[in-house]
Amino acid sequence: MNLRPYGDRALLLDCASLAEAQGWFAALADRADTVLGARTVLLRGEPSALRDLVRRTTPVSPHGPSEVAVQIAVTYDGPDLADVARLTGLSTSEVVAAHTDTPWTVAFGGFAPGFSYLVGGDPRLHVARRPSPRTSVPAGSVGLAGEFSGVYPRRSPGGWQLIGRSDAVLWDAHREPPALLVAGMTVRFVPA
Amino acid sequence: MTFLVEQSGLLTLLQDRGRPGLGHLGVSPSGAFDRRALHQVDALLGNPGGNAALEVLGGGLVLRAESPHTIAVTGGAGPVTIAGAPVAYGRAVPVRAGQVVRVGAATTGLRTYVGAAGGFVAPTELGSASSDTLSGIGPAPVAAGDRLAVGQALRSPEVQDVPDLTTAGDLTLDVVLGPRDDWFAPEAVRLLLDSPWQVGPASDRIGVRLAGPALVRSRHDELPSEPCVRGSIQVATDGRPIVLGPDHPVTGGYPVVAVVVDAHTDRLAQAGPGRVVRFRPVPAR
Repeated sequence: MNLRPYGDRALLLDCASLAEAQGWFAALADRADTVLGARTVLLRGEPSALRDLVRRTTPVSPHGPSEVAVQIAVTYDGPDLADVARLTGLSTSEVVAAHTDTPWTVAFGGFAPGFSYLVGGDPRLHVARRPSPRTSVPAGSVGLAGEFSGVYPRRSPGGWQLIGRSDAVLWDAHREPPALLVAGMTVRFVPA
Repeated sequence: MTFLVEQSGLLTLLQDRGRPGLGHLGVSPSGAFDRRALHQVDALLGNPGGNAALEVLGGGLVLRAESPHTIAVTGGAGPVTIAGAPVAYGRAVPVRAGQVVRVGAATTGLRTYVGAAGGFVAPTELGSASSDTLSGIGPAPVAAGDRLAVGQALRSPEVQDVPDLTTAGDLTLDVVLGPRDDWFAPEAVRLLLDSPWQVGPASDRIGVRLAGPALVRSRHDELPSEPCVRGSIQVATDGRPIVLGPDHPVTGGYPVVAVVVDAHTDRLAQAGPGRVVRFRPVPAR
């Protein structure tokens, strides 16, 4: 892990892997204003105090799947399902089976309220983003991009490969916590 | 205790101190772009910090007081009248019931802040009444026909008048290089620090887009998404920098070449299209 400057009110922990970043995030989340990225952890505060905090902190070793599991029912009729099948060399039913048979883990949030990057799925599903993003992706769309899967909490632009849709409410500001998916949770997709 | 919005103007938003500390939920900090101006209206009106004020972009706001109020105007300075009479900038001024307040476009600076003694009261979402223009969290932009509720004025003001903090001429902003300056050719980092950058017309609360020379990257792989802050200078694929504002996305996939020091990000709130911005490096702490 490398410490990188981030302005005068933050510090960036630059890690070699998502797992390493998750370990630092888990160790620091209760002790500072902390945001997890795909390979990084951002701490907000006075940089020299944050450097001291990091020096005193041992990252938590990666643990097994979380006790907390959420099931999300998906109708697998996304506009990119056939493209994903072609890109992965699987049939569309094999894509669905790969997406549902392996549990995913919530890695980090970001992009939009309630949007979570899910990791740990079947590696055969790693696909590039669409060459150009859609200007509008419907709420509930279930997508794939790189190592990640995710569900769009609301209508927004997006470049992920869409394989299905879900009625799950990913974000409700009046719920505590408002996000359905919180870092560390296990997510199982099931065919609707 | 209300104002009726007769005309909303180009873009009028309720803004308070925003929603800091919720980045892990994907929620941007939002809040007043020029926090100095928000602090000034609260000090002039005796509001405890945390009240919402109106952030007025481009003028055209017309409010009719439906009860007596005290207001104050700070931030970008422009023509402001009550019942046709000019309002002193940076002072608490009374408005009688039935009188009309008109806020014109700022002639120095860009965003004008209008506060009311007692604060504008709106339903909060995640602890704030700020409109987040990226995610839609918080109240919708102010629209004609809205009634803006005002809270009970509590204390006597801390100050009688405040200075106009908006300036003319080039803006110089201190930056700390990194975290991804090593993704750029050394000439690109020199260009960032030596060039006059012009604020582009597509700038908003999500990001201030700067026109100038293209900053050429030395690495062309895709950056795994990483968290960003208000003041992050992202360099998009076309090589042009974007300085992120209060409604920035919580994570981004473009490398951040440098970060504007926090106290200088408020100055950007007052930089309209065509304004020249320069960056001066300061050491990381």
